[in-house]
Amino acid sequence: MSLIEGRGLACTRGFATLFRDVSFRVGAGEWLAVRGPNGSGKTTLLRCAAGLSRADKGEFTREGALLYGGHLPGIKDDLTTQENLEGALSLRGVDVEASAVADALARAGLERRRHLPARRLSAGQRRRIGLARLMLDPAPIWVLDEPLTALDDEGQQLFAHLLSRHLDRGGVALLATHHDLAPRPARELRMGA
Amino acid sequence: MNFYYFSSPSSFYRLAGAMAPYFFAAAIVTGIAGMYAGFVVAPTDAQQGEVYRVIFIHVPAAWMSMLIYFVMACYGGICLTFNTRLAAMMARALAPTGAMFTFVALWTGAFWGRPTWGTYWVWDARLTSELVLLFLYLGFIALANAFEDPRRGDRAAALLALIGLVNLPIIYFSVQWWNTLHQGSSVSFKGTSMHVAMLWSMLLMAICFWMYAIGAALVRVRTIILERERRTQWVRNLT
Amino acid sequence: MSVAASSLPLARPGSFAAGFAWAFSRDLTLSMRHPGETLLVVAFFVLVATLFPLGVGADPQLLARIGPGVIWVCALLAAFLSLPALFAGDYTDGCLEQMMLSPHPMPGWASGKIAAHWVASGLPLTVLSPLLGLQYGLDAGTLGTLAVALLLGTPILSLLGAACSALTLGARGGGVLLALLALPLFVPVLIFGAGAADAQAAGLSPAPHLSLLGAGLILAVMGLPFAACTAIRIALD
Repeated sequence: MSLIEGRGLACTRGFATLFRDVSFRVGAGEWLAVRGPNGSGKTTLLRCAAGLSRADKGEFTREGALLYGGHLPGIKDDLTTQENLEGALSLRGVDVEASAVADALARAGLERRRHLPARRLSAGQRRRIGLARLMLDPAPIWVLDEPLTALDDEGQQLFAHLLSRHLDRGGVALLATHHDLAPRPARELRMGA
Repeated sequence: MNFYYFSSPSSFYRLAGAMAPYFFAAAIVTGIAGMYAGFVVAPTDAQQGEVYRVIFIHVPAAWMSMLIYFVMACYGGICLTFNTRLAAMMARALAPTGAMFTFVALWTGAFWGRPTWGTYWVWDARLTSELVLLFLYLGFIALANAFEDPRRGDRAAALLALIGLVNLPIIYFSVQWWNTLHQGSSVSFKGTSMHVAMLWSMLLMAICFWMYAIGAALVRVRTIILERERRTQWVRNLT
Repeated sequence: MSVAASSLPLARPGSFAAGFAWAFSRDLTLSMRHPGETLLVVAFFVLVATLFPLGVGADPQLLARIGPGVIWVCALLAAFLSLPALFAGDYTDGCLEQMMLSPHPMPGWASGKIAAHWVASGLPLTVLSPLLGLQYGLDAGTLGTLAVALLLGTPILSLLGAACSALTLGARGGGVLLALLALPLFVPVLIFGAGAADAQAAGLSPAPHLSLLGAGLILAVMGLPFAACTAIRIALD
């Protein structure tokens, strides 16, 4: 059963205490919305949850592989769309056939841009590469920071659909977002109160 | 006594303030004794005359430059392993003193080399690696201060100090590995070929520099602690 | 829009070799698509090595004496040119974060990147060094020794430089700070590398220098990828 849990988390950056005594628990089939004003430590909390940063205090429990999507898209300008997606998947050790990759890109609306270098894509189109990755990566835990950035309405609907499917399969998600998404969050974590 | 009590910056601040004067006093005492032994008691050298006496500064300074680097790297290792704040502050406090001793060693060496070898500088193994050590100190200081977040500077500089540790054996053994212009080692654990007053002078000066280094590091770390902890309650209570 | 509820692909456990291969092939592909950077490094190397005889004068004995040292210094300078970009690109576009979270162990892909960097910078310099050595009138034995010394030494420069490059990610002072940090670490490599060719030219055996370089390379390969990984972790914290 996949799970992500944090207990007694605290983080300081420089002289500012970003957050103190934060705890949460997200079980299978649930997602947690992390909300708060700018600068309240949402990004830092998610980075700690993903394992990129170390929190000053507290600990995490994670059961299952974790997929992280941050502010930066993680796309190389000089590789084509398809190469970027294939590279991102093989980096995570995911074996996938070329036809499945092409399929996912088509469903993400990038069919005609598969062999273009990523520098020719708009910001929203680059985000759609991330959506295609979500379609193919089997990791049960998603930690995503503002996943709807730069996506148009259609892209946002696609993400909501992927999130529902992920939760139906027993996955968990920890999302920082100020949008209201169709599958309702099981809980909300308000930062910077 | 709970040893960990002193690993908090506020307690160490008080301890350092109490200890520093004793170290400086010890430095003054041993320094006077060492200078007396070296410049008054020790005889004139048969070949080099009076100028050889600069070794009573040069050799202890070189020893200190290596010792301080080693201690700095150890603090760096502690900082990275245990993620403590104070270890990183001690490493930062030691670096300028270490750089100073390295510079003194190089400068007094040049001062000595001119009358003895006919040149201020020669690119032999030991001098070159001592110069490299000076650059390592400067790099450490530069890297530690190159980031907005001082904790990041602490850890990056700590890792740099550990990587540069490989330079120390090169300096130490360079005189054995290469036939170089630099004098071979006259002092070892097995005994020495030097006149006893010269030996005493070097040892006393070495202790003097060591006491000074500790005292200077303690004073400097107090400043660093105040700067880092300036938003905490105990620092505000001091003023 | 419906997306078929197909079963998800399987994920393999991470491995050092897979991480290495991933990073190596990707970085080589990227540098081949942007050959400008590699060519710049090589051109700089050739240019500076060619300028020295013009500036110093054409005295053959002098040139033969300084040749190995000059070529080595050019290799170092060319390394300073190419090292800042080793991790900086991945750091700014977010790939470095994804790489750090990969199931493949960090030293694997870090070594792959460093190897690709060497293939794009150190290896061309090594191959070109005999040609440049001819300008300095070095004999065949010295040219050969110089090439072998560069072959052993330039990977060490890539490894040391990678650790320093990772340490200075996002730091103020950029390339100059990197040069300050890397310079003291490069000096032993320079001394032994140029010393090997000098020994050969003087009729002595270069074997001691070359074996020290070889030992240094082994130590560097075993230890420095881990140092670079620690530096990356510090940079991303």
